[in-house]
Amino acid sequence: MKIYDAKPILVGLAIFLGITTFPFWYNGGKASPPPEPKLDTPVISKMEKKECVASKDYMRKSHMALLNEWRTEAVRKANRYYVTAGGKLYPVSLQRGCLKCHSNKADFCDQCHNYIGLKPYCWDCHLSPQEKKTTTQVAEGE
Amino acid sequence: MDKGKRDFLKITGACALGLSALPLVKATAKEKGPAYINIPKALQGKRWAMVIDVRKCQEQQKRGECNKCAEACHYIHNVPKIPNEEEIKWIWKDTFEHAFPGTAHEFVPDELKEGPFVLLCNHCSKPPCVRVCPTQATFQRADGIVMMDHHRCIGCRYCMAGCPFGARSFNWRDPRPYIEKLNYQYPTRRRGVVEKCTFCAERLGEGLEPACVEACPAKALIFGDLEDPTSEVRKILKEHLTLRRKYELGTHPNVYYLV
Amino acid sequence: MIDRVFRVGEEFKRLLLGLLVLMGLGFICYLFQFTKGLTITGMSRDVSWGLYIAQFTFLVGVAASAVMVVLPYYLHDFKAFGKITILGEFLAIAAVSMCLLFIVVDLGMPHRLFNVLRYPTPHSILFWDMIVLNGYLLLNILIGWNVLDAERMGVAPPKWVKPLIYVSIPWAVSIHTVTAFLYAGLPGRHYWLTAIMAARFLASAFASGPALLILLAMLIKKKTKFDPGEEAIQALSKIVTYALIISVFFVFLELFTAYYSKIPGHTQHFDYVLFGLHGHAKLVPWTWLSNILAVVALFLLINPKTRKQEKTLKIACLATFFSLWIEKGITLVIAGFIPNPFDTITEYMPTIPEVFITIGVWATGFFILSVLYKIAVTIKEEVAS
Repeated sequence: MKIYDAKPILVGLAIFLGITTFPFWYNGGKASPPPEPKLDTPVISKMEKKECVASKDYMRKSHMALLNEWRTEAVRKANRYYVTAGGKLYPVSLQRGCLKCHSNKADFCDQCHNYIGLKPYCWDCHLSPQEKKTTTQVAEGE
Repeated sequence: MDKGKRDFLKITGACALGLSALPLVKATAKEKGPAYINIPKALQGKRWAMVIDVRKCQEQQKRGECNKCAEACHYIHNVPKIPNEEEIKWIWKDTFEHAFPGTAHEFVPDELKEGPFVLLCNHCSKPPCVRVCPTQATFQRADGIVMMDHHRCIGCRYCMAGCPFGARSFNWRDPRPYIEKLNYQYPTRRRGVVEKCTFCAERLGEGLEPACVEACPAKALIFGDLEDPTSEVRKILKEHLTLRRKYELGTHPNVYYLV
Repeated sequence: MIDRVFRVGEEFKRLLLGLLVLMGLGFICYLFQFTKGLTITGMSRDVSWGLYIAQFTFLVGVAASAVMVVLPYYLHDFKAFGKITILGEFLAIAAVSMCLLFIVVDLGMPHRLFNVLRYPTPHSILFWDMIVLNGYLLLNILIGWNVLDAERMGVAPPKWVKPLIYVSIPWAVSIHTVTAFLYAGLPGRHYWLTAIMAARFLASAFASGPALLILLAMLIKKKTKFDPGEEAIQALSKIVTYALIISVFFVFLELFTAYYSKIPGHTQHFDYVLFGLHGHAKLVPWTWLSNILAVVALFLLINPKTRKQEKTLKIACLATFFSLWIEKGITLVIAGFIPNPFDTITEYMPTIPEVFITIGVWATGFFILSVLYKIAVTIKEEVAS
């Protein structure tokens, strides 16, 4: 059997395989360590009953949907507080609500986001406590 | 009366009682949540407005240059300090002829000429910026505040062309490096969106007056609800002649100047 | 039909290559803008729209002007335009494509463009402009393509095309009317707040668009075997003449209202473009160049001798096009922001990357135009032979 135009086809195939398997080569066959979001912040460790605004399962899967809903409620509907099923009151705010307890962005948010290669644009505007050191600088000109 | 009938009446009665209690149950259930609410001390109004007492501000300026309203506002809201043509500002001071172009004449008293007039978004009752925005990224709340939704703004700058008061600023570049001191209780903006004064919507929700009002040492800024006949702003407007910027354009500005 | 593009000569290849180079330069500059933000442009807090939106405004007019060949042919059975309706329609496609690109490069958040569709806002004129422009693009693609395909096969175009053609006539008027409404309804921008804005827009569009069409038809006649016909060109030149007269007349109306009433809000902006204001006069040379070109064009167009001569008609068309390009593609939009709402002056000067992005978008438009015209002309040649 003869393959017509064998040379370009084989070269093309090789390039295609190279590109599609690139992530494996790039990581040298090692799997990155699974994310371990930490909950050991001062505020959380002081809590008697460790509970968030919703169940752990819901938050893990749908925190982004909840954040979106919070944004709409606070900015567009002018509802600034959230009462949980358990009756606890939270300000509807990423910085004054979520990050008050989860003050460890690098060990909490970034753990999973980095693992799945996600860069949420939250942090383009919202400030996390860690950024204190890195961004308090005034650029000269640009 | 047989048993069936009596039971029927009992059940009907119970049901009626239950139904009448439903609003009460609902109300208490809502308290429990999950629900979005506002705390009791939150400031709520129907038509927020501000009176700016120019004389009081002038008195304060005589005791030395004062810019406390802008400093407080710009720190609290992470407003960057970008020089010249890409300037971003929510509240600032200007002269009479810039604040009221066409109104100033050559014989205006010197002290009035200099003002200063504190300028900010007028939170117009009929805001042209809201009318022109193609995505409702800028919109009017039920209490009259003209709000910005920075998550939705596409940066077309139509609102800037629409605003006759120059109250809007665009983030031509990344603002973060130009913020002298970050306030971690409030977000910054990102490059490519328009921003402006929000009458401190976030502080009203906490029961606080706008930051500029709180910061003014001369108490020259007075904030209140124009729909509330007992409010201080209503009292001032009733007792004194006040000016509004470019009222003839029909945008119904809600910032009044007492001169 | 697309295959016709690939059967081309050296000269056409060089044209496309040249355009591709300009597009590439524009794209590189756009990447620069994409990473740095609109700070790389000359726009500012006070002059918040610049060259991009001005080009957009001008090109909506060029797009709308296709109606000037479509209407006489389809409503009045003016046969001479039969050969060139396709040129008008394809010019409209290229012009609307440029309009859309200019809007996108002007956005601070281009990746959020579709928010306009996600949150439809009928009280915003920009929302309606998006609808009419995209609708017009679609109409012209459908009509142009199907009519040309039918011509190639030597049959009548499908029946459903006819109603679309009739719809496209008022639609063309609507795109420029809505674009004028973007400006004419803003309180506090007195340069734009004029009831004849839409009329002015249409008059200048019906001069600049057909002037460009004449130039393109002359070029095609010279370079290919397809002759658009002297009668068509002469008829177009009369359209340009009347439209330019009306356009200049409308500007006089504006000047009268401003300078007889002497209301500062009305005179200031004209002062700025005509004489300079408080020592600021960056647009003055442009305005007078536009005025002089308009006078030259009027002289050559009104005089039947010069209008009928190809050489002088060419000069007249060039003068018309550039005069109106300066008026709508530069001064009208920019001077609306000067002076600003505080009665102070911030001037505007586009930066080099901004100019390259603008050229890049124009090159993209002319690339689209060249390809479409190549297809159309090749088919016309085939049918003729």
